[in-house]
Amino acid sequence: MRVTQLSVADYRNYRGAHLSFQPGPNLLLGRNGQGKTNIAEAIGYFATLSSHRVSGDHALIRQGEDAAVVRMRVAHEEREVLLELQINRSGSNRAQINRGASKPRDLPRYFSSILFAPEDLSIVRGDPSLRRRFMDERIVADSPRMMTVMADYDRVVKQRNTLLKSARTSGTKANQLSTLDVWDDRLVELGSEIMDARTRLIHELGPPVAAAYHHIANDDHSPRMTIIRSTETVLAGVALSEAELGEIAVGAPPDISMATDRGGDHPHTMQKFRAALRAIRPKEIERAITLVGPHRDDLFLELNNLPVKGYASHGESWSYALALRLGSADRMRAHSTTGDPVLILDDVFAELDLRRRERLLAAIRSYEQVIVTAAVAEDVPEGFTWNTIYIHGGAVRPDFSDQHSTSERTPDVE
Amino acid sequence: MYEGIIQDLIDEFGRLPGIGPKSAQRITFHIVQSQSADVTRLAELLATVRERVRFCTQCGNVSEQELCSICRDARRDAGLICVVEEPKDVVAIERTRQFRGLYHVLGGAISPIDGVGPDDLNITQLMRRLADTEVREVILATDPNLEGEATATYLTRLLKTLEVPVSRLASGLPVGGDLEFADEITLGRAFEGRLTVS
Ligand SMILES: Nc1ncnc2c1ncn2[C@@H]1O[C@H](COP(=O)(O)OP(=O)(O)O)[C@@H](O)[C@H]1O
Ligand SMILES: [Mg+2]
Ligand SMILES: [Zn+2]
Repeated sequence: MRVTQLSVADYRNYRGAHLSFQPGPNLLLGRNGQGKTNIAEAIGYFATLSSHRVSGDHALIRQGEDAAVVRMRVAHEEREVLLELQINRSGSNRAQINRGASKPRDLPRYFSSILFAPEDLSIVRGDPSLRRRFMDERIVADSPRMMTVMADYDRVVKQRNTLLKSARTSGTKANQLSTLDVWDDRLVELGSEIMDARTRLIHELGPPVAAAYHHIANDDHSPRMTIIRSTETVLAGVALSEAELGEIAVGAPPDISMATDRGGDHPHTMQKFRAALRAIRPKEIERAITLVGPHRDDLFLELNNLPVKGYASHGESWSYALALRLGSADRMRAHSTTGDPVLILDDVFAELDLRRRERLLAAIRSYEQVIVTAAVAEDVPEGFTWNTIYIHGGAVRPDFSDQHSTSERTPDVE
Repeated sequence: MYEGIIQDLIDEFGRLPGIGPKSAQRITFHIVQSQSADVTRLAELLATVRERVRFCTQCGNVSEQELCSICRDARRDAGLICVVEEPKDVVAIERTRQFRGLYHVLGGAISPIDGVGPDDLNITQLMRRLADTEVREVILATDPNLEGEATATYLTRLLKTLEVPVSRLASGLPVGGDLEFADEITLGRAFEGRLTVS
């Protein structure tokens, strides 16, 4: 699949702009702070229903305006679909698909993309929350319904934490806590669904990520991914020191989580979740927060049987981060009925050494459409004919328009 | 900021549900500038509503008498009790004309974030009512959202001790929604297809 047209209005630093994309390689070129990432973000939003840089939507609306509008025309073979999104400062967002009113939640059914960004390095090196987000974003892209499950789960955790807190302060423990069981039911139900979805995802993602790593690093470092479930950690009777309760420690013994490597086994997951809740209950009452569940899980990454975090070199870490994205794209491509996902590479080449650049480029070459942003043309590997779009001050500069971009009549996407 | 009494009125309107500062200001100036008798009538109504309207001692619905009009209606089937969150849910269900039993209005749903626990709801009254009268079925019609579901689960467990059959409105109701906004047909179907939960 590919993006053919994009229009934005009152979006980020754009009052209004219109961009035409070509199949194959596209380059958004412009100095820093001009609005390149903003465009990458707008395109990616349709696939994941969220920005890759902020959690709320408000930052996407041009300062001083009430609503941003993003319209995107997507093509797959001969079929075209027009996706429209209005992001509102107050009230919920609205969407249209081929001009028919629709829910934003339905947009990802019509568009898939994989976005690579400099921040991806922190998936590998940063907090567990970033790895959870990496998994959850894939899950929502596969099945938009899961967005509701995740939002509900977060709300149950919040309700439960409030209940635990008020029970602690008011001292009416026994009475207040009679409703804890009720929330536990939902916590286990929703949480197990998320846990199983993550397990299935990682199971499927293992081979393509390993292949992608091999491709980019040109070395076999046996990359491995294992989900560490907090439920398993609790049940394994790992001593619950304060430090470990904060976040599951780096390099937690992998054998705890081996059992979760098979596909999602729902009754089993729920049963263990319940048992873990029972085991940790006194601690939860004491600490007044929910200590077990998918919001405390982690994705454990290894190279050569060593944790990536704390052991892998900068280059190896980058290769792993790229492999997570590229592997995701390859998996999508294998399952897709609507062609390749669109690959979006935001400022990524600037982060990589020459050899990684070239290997990454070789790996993405066969994709139907690639959209790259760069501050200077030198950051982009040679040997490609780019459809170049110049971005300056929240606008497209048509006067610089590249020869390769067709300047014919632009279809009406207003 | 306006002076004295005008700002007081704006503030009061602003405290009402669904009214933001802008609307509060608009309503206030409408009232201040209006010449008609409507405003006087509104003021009178506000005062009498407070005086006259109470809550039905049996079901918790709004009422002008000791018992609400539904509880007083001898044609209604006293063997069926439909449990809802708010009086407005009673109105929504009445519109479907599917249900000929009585109601029990909880006055909200369990939500620790909002400081609402079981003790803040009309649950003791419900238990007493079920112990005192012959009831064939309790239908839980709380909102199809997290808090409504949690409340229904809580009640289901509590009611198990009484051995009264309990059912829950069938899905088909938009999840995450409010009962009062469900259209009549959907709500009517939900009633027909209710599921026995204990
Ligand atoms: N909501 C907004 N309203 C107005 N300007 C914004 C908004 N969000 C971001 N910007 C501006 O957009 C610019 C950053 O654009 P970005 O796409 O990140 O640049 P780059 O070309 O370096 O990728 C900054 O100047 C920032 O102030
Ligand atoms: Mg940028
Ligand atoms: Zn009554």
